[in-house]
Amino acid sequence: MADTIIYMEGVTVTFSGFKALNDVSFYVEKGELRFLIGPNGAGKTTLLDVICGKVRPDKGRVIFKDKVEIPRLGEHKIARAGISRKFQTPSVFSNLTVFENMELALKTNTGVFSSLVHSISKKEREHINSVLQDVGLYEKASEKAGHLSHGEKQWLEIAMTVLQEPELLLVDEPVAGMTAKERIKTGELLLTIASQRSVIVVEHDMDFVQRFSKKVTVLHEGQVICEGSFEYVKNDPVVIDVYLGRGGEVQNNAIN
Amino acid sequence: MDITIVLSQIFNGLSLSSILLLIALGLSITFGIMGVINFAHGEFLMIGAYTAYVLQKLSIANSGGSLFLLSLPAAFVVAALIGLLLERSLIRFLYGRPYESILATWGLSLILQQLARNIFGANNVEVASPGWLQGGLTVMEGLQLPYNRLFIMAVAVLCVSGMYFYLYRTRSGRRIRAVMQNRQMSACMGIKTNRVDAMTFAIGCGLAGIAGAAVSLLGSIGPSTGQNYIIDAFMVVVLGGVGRLSGTIAGAIMIGTMSPLFEFVTTSSMGKVIVFALVIIFLQWRPSGFFTLKTRTVD
Amino acid sequence: MGTRLKENWIYLIFAIVLLLLPLVLSEFRLNLLGKFLTFAIVAIAIDLIWGYTGILSLGHGVFFSLGAYCMGMYLKLQAESLPDFMMWSGLEEVPWFWKPFQHFWVALPMAVLIPAIFAVIIGIPTFRAGIKGVYFSILTQALALVVSIFFIGQQPYTGGTNGITNFRDIFGFSLAEASTMKVLYLITVLALIVIFVLSKWLVNTKTGRILIAIRDGENRLRFLGYNTSTFKVAIFALSAAIAGLAGALFVPQVGIISPSMMGILPSVEMAIWVAVGGRGTLTGAVIGALVVNSAKSYLSETFPDLWLYFLGALFIGVVLFFPKGIVGAFARLKRQDSSKRYLLTEGREV
Repeated sequence: MADTIIYMEGVTVTFSGFKALNDVSFYVEKGELRFLIGPNGAGKTTLLDVICGKVRPDKGRVIFKDKVEIPRLGEHKIARAGISRKFQTPSVFSNLTVFENMELALKTNTGVFSSLVHSISKKEREHINSVLQDVGLYEKASEKAGHLSHGEKQWLEIAMTVLQEPELLLVDEPVAGMTAKERIKTGELLLTIASQRSVIVVEHDMDFVQRFSKKVTVLHEGQVICEGSFEYVKNDPVVIDVYLGRGGEVQNNAIN
Repeated sequence: MDITIVLSQIFNGLSLSSILLLIALGLSITFGIMGVINFAHGEFLMIGAYTAYVLQKLSIANSGGSLFLLSLPAAFVVAALIGLLLERSLIRFLYGRPYESILATWGLSLILQQLARNIFGANNVEVASPGWLQGGLTVMEGLQLPYNRLFIMAVAVLCVSGMYFYLYRTRSGRRIRAVMQNRQMSACMGIKTNRVDAMTFAIGCGLAGIAGAAVSLLGSIGPSTGQNYIIDAFMVVVLGGVGRLSGTIAGAIMIGTMSPLFEFVTTSSMGKVIVFALVIIFLQWRPSGFFTLKTRTVD
Repeated sequence: MGTRLKENWIYLIFAIVLLLLPLVLSEFRLNLLGKFLTFAIVAIAIDLIWGYTGILSLGHGVFFSLGAYCMGMYLKLQAESLPDFMMWSGLEEVPWFWKPFQHFWVALPMAVLIPAIFAVIIGIPTFRAGIKGVYFSILTQALALVVSIFFIGQQPYTGGTNGITNFRDIFGFSLAEASTMKVLYLITVLALIVIFVLSKWLVNTKTGRILIAIRDGENRLRFLGYNTSTFKVAIFALSAAIAGLAGALFVPQVGIISPSMMGILPSVEMAIWVAVGGRGTLTGAVIGALVVNSAKSYLSETFPDLWLYFLGALFIGVVLFFPKGIVGAFARLKRQDSSKRYLLTEGREV
């Protein structure tokens, strides 16, 4: 298949005896916006960790764009190959300004010596400013990133990953801790981003998923249990069982 | 090379391992539970050693062999109490600030050493071994295991078993492990974390104190006695991984036996270089030590 | 920009004062200050790797001493064709690896290169394996212990515990002459200025921002496509090279280098200078080195029995009460001051 961006087959990840991913096969096509859902501990974040090289699988193959064998590469090489990762908790460089954060996300001059003589071109500066405008941080370009609000940090990090111009963007719970308004803005941002590249989003917020998703993969206890449109997935008996089963537990606990 | 010499080197190494183990246990737990690197930990060994010395001075009239046995719990108590005092007055302000704790506890270590110098003098002092620890067990021709080293090993085994029992079989030990794994959650469950911290720190210091009393059997002791062991003890922690009893034991055995062996095969200074190089090489294979839990990390 | 300009004026005045001091200071005091200035250079080196990159090295005494030994061997070979300690150990000629050090133009570059290469050798395996934080600090501390023991053990080649001493002249000028000492002092001042300006420049380049980013979020940076371990090795090597240069300047002024300068205590003290002055400011490193060492020499002269208590208390006090050091404390004062003024004007307007 020439159009696959991520080809993952038979991937198993074990954390001291606990199987976070159990023989998972997972494929994403080029240009797709894919949502990953599932209860806590289902292995969603681990799946992203495997794709971006943070976790090495015990078994299985992960191939990017039909040719790049992910598990062999270092994290920075995977990033250079075209995979970007937005972490769950906002991780920006708090002692640098918003603009300097963005500058580091540019793909030019990332070596020890080239960065010494690096000076930013006019075109790059304009590019950074336009992306900052998109996420609404242009006015705060010279502020320290540490002074931004939680939501703004998330957007800055998304903006940084956009600046990387990845072919595949991995986003982990982008709207956690955001207000309703911020959620909608983030969702629209993701849709714009997804129009130019493949995106995998891990999300817990079902309203958000329903509103913005096209195709959804459901993970449970380290395995893919269902895949399809949100409507399809929502009516799948196994998925209902997994989610309602949990719900039932919660109710029982409440009664006790 | 004569096999008996190698065997006796390994045996000597194991007694060094025992001492390192007693020091490293406290280091590893304080780092695991409070994020404090305690460079003054060696000085608690020194305190234990001087406790044994003082006890002997006090009882010079009736120098019985059993009195030395008393010095072990006494060293534990004295070191633990001083540890408790310092934890409440200084160490607790350093929680979760490992870099700063290195510098501050280093300062503390300078002060404690200078105190010892002012109280006991700059020169080393001797603690006489009791009669029943002199001599040794002849295993085969040319290989005699000194009783004092055997005794040290027995003490270490006893302490570690006690520690194991305490951590895994008692309520308050369980609290320590809970705080080590998740401080906030433990606090939410009603565990008084600062009391756990103080107690853990004191126990760690007490164990170092016992090590000090044990060290006094091997030779003269002085204000900088702790310094002789602290770096090796840190290497044990690095090798063993933080907060794992089994890792600390394995690390102590490795460092303790390797050092004398290589120093014997080459020279004393070359031996240290080789051991250091081996530790670096080992860390290529296991960057976070022997037995660390591989977990999902939130980033 | 205005504060930047003001800052530059302060630096300039400070530099001019340093350059004029030989006119007023006694020979003894000038020599002492020259020594402290070499320490200030080491402090800059440590600030680059600790203050900016967030990696605390407790082994800089080693790099400093390696530089010092290179220069020390040059000075020794100027004084004696076969150094005394080699003779006592039964060597009949200078070993091949020390021979080139009889030439100044070999010894000086080596004083910078050898520490840098050594840092690369230590840095690659540790940083590649992802050893960071306090583990790295502990390892570098062990390094300081191991290397100093090694130097003590190699009596025929290093002079053992006593190190290398009894120098006569440098470049043909006698080290006993006051004028030679003055020139050495001035060279040290110039070296400090050059290193300071270069470091200021470095931290304001993209590389500098990458270093700060490593400190703030190394993982994030790696996932942006940066090979952070290469940067860490590079800054460790640069820092070691600067420390080596400082060591090379130290030896002719102090007249001795021994393993006691490379052990754990001096290495930790070097980190303390930076902590006292204020991390991540470069200026703080220089101030810290000068203040701590002046205090140390005053206290150890005045209260020989008590000064270790002072030193220990200083370590603890800085950590507890001035986590940002002298520079940080001043900045806070200034901020409070200006906010007070701000309040006053506010009040007047109302």
